[in-house]
Order: sequence, then structure tokens, then C-alpha cells
Amino acid sequence: MAYADQDASAELLEQVNQARARGTALQIRGGASKAWLGRPQQGEVLDTRSHCGIVNHDPSELVITARAGTPLRDIIVALDDAGQMLPCEPPHGDDGATLGGLVAAGLSGPRRPWAGSVRDFVLGTRVITGLGKHLRFGGEVMKNVAGYDLSRLMAGSFGCLGLISEVSLKVLPKPRCQAHVALALDSGQALQQLAHWRQQALPISAACHDGEQLRLRLEGGEGSVLAFRERLGGEDFAAGWWQDLNHRRLAFFHDPRPLWRLSLPDNSPLLDLPGAQLLDWAGAQRWLKSDTSPEQIRTSASRLGGHATCYSPGCTDSPFQPLPPLLLRYHQQLKQRLDPQGIFNPGRMYAEF
Amino acid sequence: MNILYDELLDGPLPAVDKQALLQALRAQLPDLDILISEEDLKPYECDGLSAYRTTPLLVVLPRRIEQVQAILALCHQRQVPVVTRGAGTGLSGGALPLAQGVLLVMARFNRILEIDPVARTARVQPGVRNLAISQAAAPYGLYYAPDPSSQIACSIGGNVAENAGGVHCLKYGLTVHNLLKVQILTVEGQCLTLGADSLDAPGFDLLALFTGSEGMLGVITEVTVRLLPRPPLAKVLLASFDAVEQAGAAVAAIIRAGIIPAGLEMMDNLAIRAAEDFIHAGYPVDAQAILLCELDGVEADVHDDCERVREVLQQAGASDVRQARDEAERVRFWAGRKNAFPAVGRISADYYCMDGTIPRRELPHVLRAIAELSGKYRLRVANVFHAGDGNMHPLILFDANQPGELERAEAFGGEILELCVRVGGSITGEHGVGREKINQMCAQFNSDELTLFHAVKAAFDPLGLLNPGKNIPTLHRCAEFGAMHVHVGQLPFPDLERF
Repeated sequence: MAYADQDASAELLEQVNQARARGTALQIRGGASKAWLGRPQQGEVLDTRSHCGIVNHDPSELVITARAGTPLRDIIVALDDAGQMLPCEPPHGDDGATLGGLVAAGLSGPRRPWAGSVRDFVLGTRVITGLGKHLRFGGEVMKNVAGYDLSRLMAGSFGCLGLISEVSLKVLPKPRCQAHVALALDSGQALQQLAHWRQQALPISAACHDGEQLRLRLEGGEGSVLAFRERLGGEDFAAGWWQDLNHRRLAFFHDPRPLWRLSLPDNSPLLDLPGAQLLDWAGAQRWLKSDTSPEQIRTSASRLGGHATCYSPGCTDSPFQPLPPLLLRYHQQLKQRLDPQGIFNPGRMYAEF
Repeated sequence: MNILYDELLDGPLPAVDKQALLQALRAQLPDLDILISEEDLKPYECDGLSAYRTTPLLVVLPRRIEQVQAILALCHQRQVPVVTRGAGTGLSGGALPLAQGVLLVMARFNRILEIDPVARTARVQPGVRNLAISQAAAPYGLYYAPDPSSQIACSIGGNVAENAGGVHCLKYGLTVHNLLKVQILTVEGQCLTLGADSLDAPGFDLLALFTGSEGMLGVITEVTVRLLPRPPLAKVLLASFDAVEQAGAAVAAIIRAGIIPAGLEMMDNLAIRAAEDFIHAGYPVDAQAILLCELDGVEADVHDDCERVREVLQQAGASDVRQARDEAERVRFWAGRKNAFPAVGRISADYYCMDGTIPRRELPHVLRAIAELSGKYRLRVANVFHAGDGNMHPLILFDANQPGELERAEAFGGEILELCVRVGGSITGEHGVGREKINQMCAQFNSDELTLFHAVKAAFDPLGLLNPGKNIPTLHRCAEFGAMHVHVGQLPFPDLERF
């Protein structure tokens, strides 16, 4: 299969240098599939999609390297052909999502608690910096502790620290066997059961309580998956359900009330908040549809040691949970040092930088 | 080129009035243990990289976090450099003291604060030993996955500072993959929490940035790690090969077959013989290379995988494939590998351990090049290799009492690291840059990249008081290194004055 393949790094660097010369803001954009997440932006659009193509994929090295504007779909297809996958299971569909956006937003899918986050699989990046240089950090090797880990710092930084131009990700073979089982448990029972299972080596790779039942995905070798499947009872369901969850296409997400994502410690109890809830990541990621105040939601999450992000544009000025003052100061200092003119996505994460 | 701090190359250090500092520390922290006498300072003059030694200005041994806070605030106010040290097992000189700096020893913070078996986390002080975490978690069937060879002695604070690895990284990740949260003190002595008890935290991923930052950005005071359920079963296969290239190809074939072993280690003939002599692990001493492949998980899967790997190894030309018959034999197979360094220590007066990483496909080429360099420098080399994740540990054998041998070993090591960079790898996979590889950083990163690293440092420590001279070389040092480097190949090494 042929993919678009084009090195437009010189043009991207030129656009960055012009913005630096004029001191004007850029909003970095790939497929704009996650443009709604974070604060609204001003500034000239820098479109990464011209800089695209898979630079290297050697299946026996467990690494794929591609330019930032490469459609995520192309990467998934290339990996699929080699029997491999991105273990962090980022959402990807017909929404035009790119590799650069995947890393900049750092959003992981249902497998995250067991396999790791987007950041965990970043091995290297090339970055166009606020000092107008095109630089390389990390690489294609599994272990690399030379210098500061700027590659992983880029993951989830929403383009605020530099323009990611190329990424190397660790990939893994797809599991040999899968099963999808729904169990008739209410959400409280489901959390108890999951807490019990957490202390055992079991082939669970996704666990979500959808409001009615606990849905599990089992992945691993045939022996372990089939044996655990047998032990569980319950009803089988189709694998596509996880895609609907990952892309928030389930009926739960059609509720008109604002959508919040709560990230909580593994042993957190049920939350007593007005609205509807869906428990993903075995309870560590909770989706909330609620009209209640951002303060109430954030207080509930913070009290348990977690935080809350608003996924519905316009319902709060700070979709990401505000940072404590000292931590904010270090964010500002880092931004100031790496992007002294403040040209990269200013205000996308927080109003202060 | 001298590896000890050189103000001409590494930048001027503030002049410190030792007596005034001592007075201030004693006045503010009357119950703080401070070491000042020559004989008390001696044990702290180096870490695990004992070839390089500097006597620190003084050593402080705090017992309470508030003391650390006060020490940092005071040193910041008086512009005194601070080098933080944990168990002192690091192999790159990351905790090498400064003659003009305070050595801050965190070893007394050795309490496990909490094991939460339901959340599967351990909250510990930085001086807790790596292995002690797994031991404390064992009653719950849990363990802490990263297992550097020094795990019996090394402490978790140092593991975080170096992003320590081990033999199970391919499947279970490095330190950075197994952390949830760290508490740090900034250079000014203020408390900051990075990460969270949840799987992610708002803002930039400063936890990832701090992991492996070698004590340059702050002082770690508390660490929360993730624990994993102990796999019910682990099996190990030992495969012998008549050629190193075959063993390298077998590694790629295992990965291509869709199997991620828990551990995948390679040793060459010299390493095999040294280990066998020392441990009697049952290694085939005639083999040119052996592979140790550990598979872990649920019983049914492990048996399937063992069969698959056995087939792959045989197809790849293994002359013999043995599965450890029982747990005792499995432990013995591993003991040979885990004791490879001291085993080599028995056949050579000294050895110098390298830590480069390479893409696995480059292995045959790199091993051939190392063999050629071994001839050029007239020093033997034993190769031990975390084959699964491309992390090489060539051990260069030398005798420091023979004039010029240490210098030759260093130059040999430098060339190996530069070779790793040339084939797309890194100068360090898990030991860190510290002071040891400060010059080779100039080969891996250009001046613009180094400038960005300095910018990161300046965001957290604008005065450069935390661990000065480590991890990131000055542009001036790289310019000097580059100038010297051009001539290196033409100089007769034994005559080269390098100290």
C-alpha cells in the first residue's frame, strides 16, 4: 500500500521563523480532530499535513518513525499489515487525526491502564523549536537516557513547547487471542470485582462499566484468555464496541449536558455527583455528563487525588484543571525558556502561557 | 581530557566560604549531621564509578525533609553548589562530588511510607533500596518491575534520577514507565509534586522530564511507584550459538514471531567463560554466544511461548537449546548473567563498563567493529548485551597499574559510544551521562540541541547550582573535545597525557 510521503520540514521551519520575526502566534494544526479540546486559540494556522509519510518501520525493531502530518490511519494500517499495534490505542477514525496530534494531545484508549500511555511509547521526536531550530531528541532505540527526556515531555504538551515534526514510537505485536465479555454487575460491584482482580496476573486489557454492565476485553495467549473467559461466564459481545467507546460514539455521549473526563487513582470509590457516569480504565477514567459546576466536579476529583478536564468547549475558561501556583510558575518558566516569544499555541492549555 | 570538573571547560563555580557556610548550617540546623574531616569525607569521594574521585567540600546527612529544605534554601541564598547522592551505586559519576560543593546524602530517608495493595502502589522515601520495595510488596503477590543489577543496594531516588533499567525493560519498561508521582524540592527548597496518584496529571509531563534528569533540576524527596502482580510462572531457555551473528539474527526472529520475552540477554564467549568459572551456571563454554530468553505470565501461555521460541531458536541455527528444568536451574542461569560484571572482574585487574544502545539490526556490525577496536587498543573486551532492547554492555578489560592502560580503555570506550551514535543509537541506555560520558554527549547532540537542554536547566535552576558539570556539556567543552578529537586517531595513546 502506498502512502503520501513528503518532507516539508523546510517550509514548516520557514513559517516558524517568520512567526518569530514578526512575533505572531501560530496555532499548530494537523487534522483538527482534537481542536475542540483545550482553550480557544488565536493566531495563524500552521498546517502540519504537508509534512507526512512513514520514514521507517522495521517490524523486528518494534519501532515506527513517521512525520507529524502522517494520518494516524496510515500508521495503524501499516502496523496492522505487520501484525503490530500502538498499544496505547489512541482514538483514530475518519476524523483525519495525525501522528503529531496524537502525541501533542497524548490521548490514550481503553488499553491505557494495562499497556501504558502515549508518552510511554514515545522513543524520539524531531522538534522545530521556539529558537528556530529543527532538532532531534531521543531516537529509535528502546533505551536512551542521554540528556533530558524532551521527547516524552512533548507528549501531551498540546504544541505549547515546540512544533513536533517527526516521532518514533515503540510498537508491539498484536495479541494472539481476544475475547469480549459483559457481566451483569452494577457499578459498585464492578469496582469491587476489579479491585480484587487487580492483584492477580490476568489477561484483562480493557474494563468499562457502561452504566448497566461491566464490559471486559481479554487479550493474551489462547490458553490464558480462553481459561479466564470460561471462568467469567457472562455474555459475549462484538469487538467494535471498544471503538465506539474510544471515539465516544456510545449513546451515553449523546446526552446534551457538558462532558467531563475525571482521572482518578485506581482505588477511588463511586463519585456522588449529579449527572450520568461511565467508568472506563477499570475506574481510573470516568466520563461524566453533568450540568453541575466545574468547581464541584474538580473538588470531587481533587479530593480523591485526581483531576478533571472539560471536554465540552465553552463551558469553562479553563478546560484543563488549574495548576497550583508554584507548579504553574515552573510551567511558565519552561515555556519562557523554550518558546521565549510565545509563538506556539499560546493559551491552548492555560491562559497564563 | 580531564573528566573532573574543570572551570575552564565547565564554567566558573561560585567561590564558597567553607567556614561561613558551616557556621550558617550549624546555626540553622543544630542537629544536622555534617561531615568535614578528611577521613569522614573519604568514603564519599566517588560513586560506583570509582576511577574518578573528588573530596567534597562537606557532606550533609539530613534525617528530615525540612532539613533538606533548609539546606537547599541556605545553599541557594549563599550560591553554594549541591550534589545529591543516594546509595552511591551509579556507574556514570552522576554523584561525583565537587570540591566547592556540598554533598547532600539522601540515604537516611529509607522508610517505606505505604504499600496500597488495592491501588497497587508503593509510596517510599528516596533512600529505600529498589529490592526492598519488591520485598515489602511480596506478601500481596506484587512487585516493582524495574530491576537494575545493583537492585540489592541502589535506592529508588537514584533510580528515578537516572531512569534506571534492568533486564526486563522490553516487556516491563524503564523506571519512567513505572512511576506515578514524585515529590521534589526545587533549588530554592520549595516542595513540588510531579505526576499524581491518578494515571495522568494536568499540565506538562514534568514527571517524565525529571526522570533521568540526574539531579540537575531538583531533589527527589518521595516516590510513588506502580506495582505489578507477580507473574505466576517464569521459564528460561538457554540457547547456544557457534556465531554471534546467528544469535543476533535469532533475537530479531523471536520479536518477529510476535513474542515479547520478559528478558532476552546475550553474552559472548569471553563473558560466558568468565561467568561459568565464577558461578558454575552450566553455560556452554565453547559457544561463541548464548541467549537467555525468559518467558513469564500465566502457565498455559508460558508453555506455548516456550515451544514457539524453541522452534525459532532452532531455525535460527542454535547448536543447543535448553530449558531450565526447575526453579533452581532458572535462578542459576540468571545468576551467571547477573554476575557477569564481577565475573569479568576476576579475570582482569580492572574493567570499564560501557552502556551504549543500538538498533538490534546493527548488532553484528557493531560487534565486529568492537572486535577490531579491541585489536587497535590492545585491550580485551567481553560483551554482555540486553539483546531485547538493544542495550550493550561491552566490558573493556585493563590494568590501571599499567601506565597508559586506563587512558587506552577510556579512548576505546569513547570510540564504542561514538559508534553507537553513528548507527542510530545512544551513548547511554541506563547508566546515565553523569560525568563519565560528558564528552560523548558532544557526539550525540549538536550545539543547538545542547543549547535547548541548557534552556530546560535554566527554567528550573538558573544559577546552575544543582549538580554542576553533569549530564549536559557546555558548548565550550564540546568545542575543545571536537578539536582534540580530530587528532585522536593520530596520537600514540600510551604517550597521550590525559590527566
